[in-house]
Amino acid sequence: MNLLRIDFAGRLITLVTLAIAIVWAFPLYWAVITTLKPEFEVAQPGLNLLPKTWTLGAYTHVLTTTKIGQWYVNSVVVAVAVTVLVVMMGALCGYALSQLRFRGRTALWFTVLASFMVPIQALIVTHFVLMSQFGLINSWLGIVLPQLIVPVVVIVYKQFFDSVPKDFREAARVDGANEFDIFFRIYLPMNWGVTTALAIITFIGAWNAFLWPFLVSTADDTMTVTVGITMVKENFGVQYARNLAAAVLAALPVAIAYLVFQRRVTQAIMLSAGIKG
Amino acid sequence: MHTKSRDNWVAAAFVAPFVIAYLVLFLYPTVRMVILTFTDAPLIGAGKWIGFKNYQRLFNDKAYISAVWNTGYFVLLTVIPNTLLGLVFAMMVNRQKGYVQSFILAAFFLPYILPVSVVYRIWEWMMDYQFGIAQYALDAFYGERVAVFRNKVWAMPMMAFVTIWWTIGFNVLLFIAGLRNISQDMYDASALDGAKRWKQFRYITWPLIWPVTALVLTIQLILQLKIFDQIYLLTLGGNVNNTMVLVQYIYKQAFQLNKGGYGATVAFSLFAIIVVVSVLQYQALRARPR
Repeated sequence: MNLLRIDFAGRLITLVTLAIAIVWAFPLYWAVITTLKPEFEVAQPGLNLLPKTWTLGAYTHVLTTTKIGQWYVNSVVVAVAVTVLVVMMGALCGYALSQLRFRGRTALWFTVLASFMVPIQALIVTHFVLMSQFGLINSWLGIVLPQLIVPVVVIVYKQFFDSVPKDFREAARVDGANEFDIFFRIYLPMNWGVTTALAIITFIGAWNAFLWPFLVSTADDTMTVTVGITMVKENFGVQYARNLAAAVLAALPVAIAYLVFQRRVTQAIMLSAGIKG
Repeated sequence: MHTKSRDNWVAAAFVAPFVIAYLVLFLYPTVRMVILTFTDAPLIGAGKWIGFKNYQRLFNDKAYISAVWNTGYFVLLTVIPNTLLGLVFAMMVNRQKGYVQSFILAAFFLPYILPVSVVYRIWEWMMDYQFGIAQYALDAFYGERVAVFRNKVWAMPMMAFVTIWWTIGFNVLLFIAGLRNISQDMYDASALDGAKRWKQFRYITWPLIWPVTALVLTIQLILQLKIFDQIYLLTLGGNVNNTMVLVQYIYKQAFQLNKGGYGATVAFSLFAIIVVVSVLQYQALRARPR
């Protein structure tokens, strides 16, 4: 009797869970389906879950009347550059902190940890001054540079390199390998999983970055796609299908990256929060 | 001695890229920001040394004080709800299996990986005064349509809601990891003793998940103090001052009013607030619930 009652409560919770999940995902569905309607249909009242006329008109409009192609190129270049540089610098520095004994090691480690305290957002003023002194306003490099400070990557690498058994290192030493060999042939390959996870999450972060790219790229030609889609002006009437089509295009790479690398993404998120999974 | 110095050179080669980037792009801008707070410099160009004038101005600046309050209000509206709801959703996901679990987790997590500008476009459309689908719900429960992001009362809570919708996936993920570390044996044993769901939650789940809860609270608090993107975007074209938050005020002073020195002072105050708040929270959260 008691068993039956618990089962009933369990089913009720499952139903409620499903209902909440559907409501939670609905805005995503609603946004995507709106892009496939003609503008006059978008403005019709009521909940029309499917378009009466299916059209890709909003997409062709966005592709032909905005510089979204150029924004895409900018975003890809910037996100790839940030990812490669952040992961490379993090791996090298993490390796040194984990495996090498050198002067200033402890000081460097505490500097890395302390940098969590300073919010990057507080540095926008001086970053802008610095980039303008370098002549990098409205350039790819200007968008990339201030995004390179990601101390958590160093910390994650250090933790993982710490847990590689010392035997590998000593064996390689006996065979006459130098530190660079040991890093590139042993420590890095043994931790490809971490590198992939960090690379994916860094890429997503760089693609999604808003505040800094928004400040440093003011020209139509140098914007990243995440900034560009907010600049599409509504000159007349309702054009939600078009605005959302641009948004869908901007979200596509990260959505695909997530769906393909789901487990790596979740692993990376936990790593960056300090949970080693 | 010889090998010692060689070791240092090898290590220098490894740490050089990070250290150089760190010095040029982090330490120098931080120091420069502090120096800037003592000048009346415009955004670009030199200014005069004016001592503590910027700080004095800060305490008499009504707009600044209201930005502090708005930021605090936003923190209040997001941090605890986002954390608790994250735990609830995580427990919901954790009960399910197979495809159902994957679907539910994806529904909660997918928004988190979207760029903020996409989130802005989605909710601008959902909440559109005339055509937004959410206005039907508002009409049904509240009795009338509201241009939520332009409304003094509604704007902050709605932006907090959008933020929770967008970012809860992160919290859910951390809580799921925490829940999976709690041994099933405990629940089985307590079930044998006749413990009901609520008792199990109160005496097993809640105390054992507390370290994750504390972690999520800390991350959320620091994150939400630095809020800018969605507030800036969702109030574009509206009355910005009602919902002006600290980072937005830095942007306004430095980039729109060309007051680099004063903007840096606001930025420095944000830094100070974050340090103080994280220390306080660290102290508060070290205590574990019974």
